[in-house]
Amino acid sequence: MIRTILVLTRNPLSLLGLILVGLVIVAAVFAPWLAPYPTHNGAVVDFLNNNRAPSAQNWMGTDLVGRDIFSRILYAYQISLTLGVVVLVIATPIGTIIGLLAGYVGGWVEAVLMRVVDVFLSIPPLVLAIAMMGVLEPTLTNAMLAVTAMWWPWYARLVYAIARSEREEGYVLAAEVIGAGTPHIAFREILPNCLPAIITKMTLDMGFVIIIASSLSFLGLGVQPPTPDLGSMVAEGARYLPDSWWLTVFPGLAILIAVFGFNLLGDGLREVLEIDG
Amino acid sequence: MSVLSINDLRLSFKGLRGKTDVLHGIDLSIAKGERVALVGESGSGKSVTARIVLGLLQELRNARISGDVLFEGQALAAMTAKSRADLRGTDMSMIFQDPTSALNPTFTIGRQFAEVLRRRDKTLSAETCATRAADALAETEIPDPARVLASYPFQLSGGMNQRVMIAMALANRPKLLLADEPGTALDVSVQAQTLKLMHRLVADHATAVLFISHNLGVVREFADRVYVIYRGRIVEDGPTAAIFAHPRHAYTRALLDAVPRITGAGLPDVPEVSDAFLAPHISHGSGS
Amino acid sequence: MSLLSIANVSKTFQTPGGPVHAVKDVEIDVQPGECLAIVGESGSGKTTLANMVLGILGATEGTISFEGAALPIKRLRDHRRMIQLVQQNPLSALNPMRSVGAAIRLGLDTYGIGARADRWGRVEAALEAVGLPAEMRNRAPTALSGGQRQRVSIARALAVEPKLVVLDEPTSALDVLVQARVLRLLNDLRRDRGLTYIFITHDLAVVRNVADRVAVFQSGQLVELGATAQIFTTPQTAYARSLIGAVPVVDDAELALRNQLAEGA
Repeated sequence: MIRTILVLTRNPLSLLGLILVGLVIVAAVFAPWLAPYPTHNGAVVDFLNNNRAPSAQNWMGTDLVGRDIFSRILYAYQISLTLGVVVLVIATPIGTIIGLLAGYVGGWVEAVLMRVVDVFLSIPPLVLAIAMMGVLEPTLTNAMLAVTAMWWPWYARLVYAIARSEREEGYVLAAEVIGAGTPHIAFREILPNCLPAIITKMTLDMGFVIIIASSLSFLGLGVQPPTPDLGSMVAEGARYLPDSWWLTVFPGLAILIAVFGFNLLGDGLREVLEIDG
Repeated sequence: MSVLSINDLRLSFKGLRGKTDVLHGIDLSIAKGERVALVGESGSGKSVTARIVLGLLQELRNARISGDVLFEGQALAAMTAKSRADLRGTDMSMIFQDPTSALNPTFTIGRQFAEVLRRRDKTLSAETCATRAADALAETEIPDPARVLASYPFQLSGGMNQRVMIAMALANRPKLLLADEPGTALDVSVQAQTLKLMHRLVADHATAVLFISHNLGVVREFADRVYVIYRGRIVEDGPTAAIFAHPRHAYTRALLDAVPRITGAGLPDVPEVSDAFLAPHISHGSGS
Repeated sequence: MSLLSIANVSKTFQTPGGPVHAVKDVEIDVQPGECLAIVGESGSGKTTLANMVLGILGATEGTISFEGAALPIKRLRDHRRMIQLVQQNPLSALNPMRSVGAAIRLGLDTYGIGARADRWGRVEAALEAVGLPAEMRNRAPTALSGGQRQRVSIARALAVEPKLVVLDEPTSALDVLVQARVLRLLNDLRRDRGLTYIFITHDLAVVRNVADRVAVFQSGQLVELGATAQIFTTPQTAYARSLIGAVPVVDDAELALRNQLAEGA
């Protein structure tokens, strides 16, 4: 772990990714202490100061009801990261287990599991999420559910492909000849060889989950006001472009920084883990 | 003049953990039409030596190469990357371990053969290429050259692909042929046949050969002269008969002793490593 | 009584191009304590036969019996334990993400061999038995040389105390000096532990020096079976003669034997 991070810092782009991701995490975790107006994460109204351009009091300006945009971005990061982590923590194990079983066991297990995966993959992800949110209430929990439902099949596909090729390796044959059971071979022998690719994909996906969640909120289907969300902030401000540019530009930049950071870090991890792996 | 002359060739790689020395001053020469073997274990530096001669390592950013490699009296180091590349497939050609993977599975043999011939002469017509390719294949005792030329590599046996590789490698009448463990991926009897064939053809065309191998039996049957390489150093060289009948270096002796005999002499008791293996170079002279 | 009995065993694979008869009506009895070599070129069926002995593949026809009892395809635990394997490619045979010790311990845990607390001690003893230091149990396979990895593979196979070991080209990927040591190790282990080997290889010079008997395979059929010395001096079939005649040799005595065989043809 420490060694991986040290190697990452040797590549300038990976280092930049590491710094950006670090900043986003610090912003999210310490939002209550870092935010100049910590109460502005909720339904606060201050019409005396609404729609102000950036100033010494409000570094990124204020929104239409007078809340500090910088403070709300810090809290929005909290929501985005939580959403990303929860989605990946649920989607990754589901996809991994299904992919491993399909890839290693083969036969009808493989046929059934992978057809189910194919069905999920054939539905455009945003459409699936919109459909789900249409049926369910648009709450944060349901947003997570919707995104998770469209996320796990990609892990199933990734792990399936690796497990299929690892199945042909001599160490799997050796474990079979020794008499080890399917759970041991799948989870103790093959899974460790899938981990570098899974970790890399999770890092890259943090960025994508943030984008998808923001897109849902932008469409009014995700996180609901007054909870701050980068996507809904961009959506609200878009109507007031170009005059009140700060309403959209800063939340937009915040999305960019997070996604860009996770992508750079993911690419760096891919190189490091694949060389070592 | 030698076709190939290598003097004090050194190679090191710069990596994250500092410099790794791979070759510690190799001296080797091959006269016109001579078959010379470079024999050693994996990691001894025999394959990188071939890659330097082919001009493939010079382009690597982390490779440090010093010493002289003269091909027909011309220093490779003094040439541009382009002129080194132009030598490959014309005056210098190569044969690798696995013929089937060395050929492109998506093109017919005939098309790949034409590409090889056009490296020498870009103006060759399709008909001339087909005729020359058929002649070259006929030389390798392929019974039905026209059928082979129309085939894809995966439609042919490993032995047949190896014959195709030999025909291609010799088609442009190279001065030097580099054979890196040729046919090791093939069955023993097929390997034996194709080596015999290669031996006859290079003798007919007076092609010099640098033969890279770990297999002492194969070397004994193919080469006129042998260089034994151990950990980036030549430890012994001389005419094949002398090396095999009277090996003088401890490493050469160990290598020879370690080969199981079909006469059933029992399993040899030789060390895997020994300080004696690092003893200085012994030369038997050229013997000619 | 023979340890392993292969009786009229055939294996046919159904392929899009029609059925392929990989092994045809093979009959061999493997005696306890012997080293039986199975030789042949690629496509001779030797690996298919080994996979049937190991229970990885089922036979299309015929039966394979171990100590007198017919082996089902779904092997019982004890049968699995009794027949072990050492593979050709020592890099692929060890999981790069698991330590050397974990690889050897797997069999001990699977069969509950020894008390839990003693198992690391057994792993270390298994390493020492193949000439490796006990500390190597914590190393990753990727940090080992080819010869060391092959010794680990041997230690893993022997840790479950099998009676029969299938050696599938165990030294083909090794350098000749390393091969010599590993072959001696295999010989010593067989003698000390009373093991039985099925030694699959294409290298006849190795066979000459390790095997008691040789079974020669050609396109799925057993064409010749006999004592090693007899096969190498008076082979009965032209195929066996041609196989021996193709071996590259390094000294004059070998050359004389080869020429003598060629004249006898």
